Parts: sequence; structure tokens; C-alpha cells
Amino acid sequence: MNPYIPHTDEDRRRMLQAIGVESMEELFSDIPADIKPRTGLPLAGALSEEEVLRNLKALANRNYRGVCFLGAGSYDRLIPATVKALGALPAFVTAYTPYQPEISQGLLQAIFEYQTIVCELTGMEVSNASLYDGHSAAAEAAALCLGYKRKSSVVLVSSTLHPFTLQVLDTWAMGTGFTLERIPEKASLCDLSQLSARLRPEVAGVLLQSPNRYGFIEDYTGIATLVHAQNSLLAISSDPLSLALQKTPGEWEADIAIGDTQPLGLPCAFGGPGCGYMAVQKDLMRRIPGRIVGQTVDSKGQRAFVLTLQAREQHIKRERATSNICSNQALAALTTCIHVSLVGWSGMVEAARQSQDKAHYLAEGLAGLPGIQLPADTPFWCEFPIGFAKKETMERLLSALKKAGILGGVRLGALTGESRDEAVLLVAVTEKRTREELDAYIAVARRVLE
Amino acid sequence: MSRIPTENRYTKDHEWVRISGDMAIVGITDYAQEALGEIVFVELPPVGEYFDAHEEIANIESVKAASAIYNPVAGTVLAVNEELDGSPELVNTDSYANYLYHLKDFRIADLDSLMDATGYEAYLKTLA
Repeated sequence: MNPYIPHTDEDRRRMLQAIGVESMEELFSDIPADIKPRTGLPLAGALSEEEVLRNLKALANRNYRGVCFLGAGSYDRLIPATVKALGALPAFVTAYTPYQPEISQGLLQAIFEYQTIVCELTGMEVSNASLYDGHSAAAEAAALCLGYKRKSSVVLVSSTLHPFTLQVLDTWAMGTGFTLERIPEKASLCDLSQLSARLRPEVAGVLLQSPNRYGFIEDYTGIATLVHAQNSLLAISSDPLSLALQKTPGEWEADIAIGDTQPLGLPCAFGGPGCGYMAVQKDLMRRIPGRIVGQTVDSKGQRAFVLTLQAREQHIKRERATSNICSNQALAALTTCIHVSLVGWSGMVEAARQSQDKAHYLAEGLAGLPGIQLPADTPFWCEFPIGFAKKETMERLLSALKKAGILGGVRLGALTGESRDEAVLLVAVTEKRTREELDAYIAVARRVLE
Repeated sequence: MSRIPTENRYTKDHEWVRISGDMAIVGITDYAQEALGEIVFVELPPVGEYFDAHEEIANIESVKAASAIYNPVAGTVLAVNEELDGSPELVNTDSYANYLYHLKDFRIADLDSLMDATGYEAYLKTLA
């Protein structure tokens, strides 16, 4: 069912005639002349299909393709071809929000299963139907904490959160009267002793991230107890694939689990779209933003799925809405659902394990090379920072890697704008990388640094 | 025609309050439950907390809207109606028998600014 019905000039003429109008321009006659553009739009004029294709291909060829060791929140992972093929089905790509359950059972069931996947991954009881991305999910988590605890006005946020998450939180907090208080870092981990010192009645919640911005795994033993003793909430942001191997937010007794499902079935695609996930324990179910797909029965007693608990949204709570979210990342969440269904739990564990092994192989291959510093004892999963004695050395290495067809890593300084990060490179290794690619990286590094 | 028991006092936001000994009982009026439609969830305040008059103290969710409930008289929450947790629709059935919460140490002067049954009835007529 793929109709392709373009208008012809004859169609246009007949439509204009039917409504008694002479030309297309006449349709815009109500717009005052002084704000209408006098000359035509500055477009170069129509090109043929072949000319357009050549034009776009030339642009695309200006992109540099390399073996990807870039991470910092967007990861180049193995995605089965079926994921894209199924996700591209017209019924999914063109679907609008499933407000009419009677014609949307397929999509609603898929989102229900996405929610189930998120719950199983995070160890939480309730998930929403997804948010825009992991960074805005953190802002929504902050809002949830502040709405939950009466007379609260502060949210403690770890300095080891992704730089974009901190930026989005700052933007969100502007003008609200709420304060985001940074918990300092110590040895590239959130300084949790500083966390307990800062807990106090005004604190609504705490936002932490593991693996953190550097790729290091943080230990939250005892943190939930401390936070809960103050009647505050604990939110933990995690790469969802990392949860196949590391302790889940549920196991840490967190109240809110957030993050981005990009590593599960979504391509990097120049940074988006992402897909924010948010899951909570049952007692916070009615405080979660966005919507939830629920399972029910229809008038014939057959199982059916519907959008439920949309009562957070602006069109219901109006000026008393606690979030401006009134949608979800349906297609992205669906894609994640398809991907996880195909690779399965064992596939995810395999991907997580290979990522870990391959990252450590690379780190070991680079360790001991002059002029750089690799993590010593701090545990990491599949991403780690390399500290360079001189920024100039880092640039030389990246340049040599690029010549060898390798995208060596993300310049942390470019993300944070901090001078102390300007000679730090974030390197991510996923299950997609091969031994040959890792050895090539090590060989180039040896040549440049030794 | 909505019920308006004479022993209660009423607010413009359709809450009722009745004094019973040293306790104030608060709920929503028949007019309110009718307007809300089928109630699916009632969020009640934490016991032991103090709320001023006019402060948002509870939330009632119906199929079509989520409505704030404003505390009619200042006081400390003594108890909440736990039956509403599993059966929120009780408020639709009888919104006077099925109260929302009890207050202790309430500020009796706050009652003066509230309407009696006759006043509330007249007020409802202006809304029609």
C-alpha cells in the first residue's frame, strides 16, 4: 500500500477552478502586501532528479568516513539489517500518535513492549512511552523530584553527568527559581562524600550517572539510603546496554532510572534522533511525564492496548502541568523494541561483554606509551579517557589516525569548554570494532608517540 | 439539582468543610463530583503536614481532567480517607459521606469567609 499520486498541472487547474480562484498567488491575497516578499524566494530553481542526486551525493562525499571510536553519548553499534527494514514500514513511519487505539493496536503493543524492555533492563516497575532524549529525561527527572517533595527547591547534580545533560538541566532551570547544585568530582568520579554533606531539607533529589561522562563506573553503595533518609529521590542515568553487565538503578534502590536508548538499535546519524527512557517504581507512576501505554480489554473481552495516564500533560493540567512533554519518540522507541527483540537478552550481554573486552584490549595496547595517561585502577566499561601531556600530541595522534581511516575519539574539551579537558580524548570501543581495527589504532599510536 | 447539606460550609472551589468536635472534615461537593465525571484517582496529603487556607492540598483525577483541591481552613492533616485509594469512585457515589481528609488544630476564623448552604446554592446558580 504505497500510493504515489503527484499533482498534475491539470489537477491544479481544476482545483483552482472549483474554488473560483485564478491562480495560486491569489490564494495568498489576504496577506498584506507590505509583508509579502516582493521578489520570488531566493531559490536556484528546479533541478531534475538526476541533478539533485548528483548535488546531494557531492555533499555526502564531503563527509569523512572512518572506523568509529567516537562515543560521548552516541555509539556506533551493530544493528541487524532487519531493524531498519521493519522500522521503515510505512505503517510505522507515517503513524501519528496513537490516540485512536482501535486503529493503532500494532504500534501501541510495540510501545508497551518497549516499556516492558526498559523495566526489565533498569529493574524498575513502570516506564513511560519514551521522552525526546536522555538529556531532557534528566531535566524531567529533576522536575519530578521537585514536584514530589514539598517545599523543595534544590536538585543535586553530579559533575560527572554528560556535559550536554548539565547544559540541558541549566536551560531547563532558567527562570524556574530552582537551584541545581553541582556535586564536585574527585579522581574523575562523583565525590559521594560531598553528596551526603549537601543533603538537606530543600534538596528534592539527586542526579547521578554511571558509566559517567568519562566512561567510569561509579559505586553507589549506601547512597539510596542516605538520600531516602532526607525524603529525597535518587535518579540514576545509565547507558541502557551497560545495564546488561552493571548493577541496575533498581538494584541501587534508585527511584528514577533515565538515559537514552540510542545504543539499542538507533544509528549515530550525526547525533539524533535519540530516545529518552524514564522508569520509576510504582509509587511514582502518576508523577512520570509523558504518557504510558497500558494493557486492558476491549468490549469483547479481548486484550487491547491504549494510551493511558496522559494526565500529566498540558492539555489536561494546563497551567498546572509539571512538564511540557506531550508526545514521545514513537518511531525511535519502536526501533529499540525491534532491535532488542531481535538480538535478545543474550545478544545484549554479548554486545556489552565484547565492548568491555575490546575496550580493555585497546587500553592495554596503549598503556605505557610515552606522553599519555590511561585509567589506572578506575573501572570502566567500554569507554575511557586518554590524558595527553600536551594538546599538540593529541592533535598529532588524531591526525595520524584520520589518515589511517580512523576516527580516534571525542575531544572532551570540545564538549565541556573547560581548559583542564583540552588534552583529554574520550575513546569508545563497541562490539562492532574488530581486532584488526584495534591493532591498527595501537600501531598508529605507537608510531606517533614513541 | 445537586445536594447541598446544611451542616457544611462551602468554598467557591466547591470544597465543603464540617466541624466535628475538634476535627474539621473536608470533601468536595456533589456539584464538583458531577462536573469531574468518573473519578479514577485521588491524591491525598501526607498525614501530619500543616497546610494553610487556600493552599493546594489534594488532587482528583477524573477521566477528563486533573483538578486541584484547595484547603478551606488552615490546619494539620490528622487522617486521610484510605478507602479512596482502591475505590476513588466512592467520591462520585456520595461526595459528602466519602470525605477526603480530616484536619486538627484548624483555624476556626477561616470558616467565617466560607458560604453556608444557602449561599453556596445561590453561588451555583450564578455559574449556570
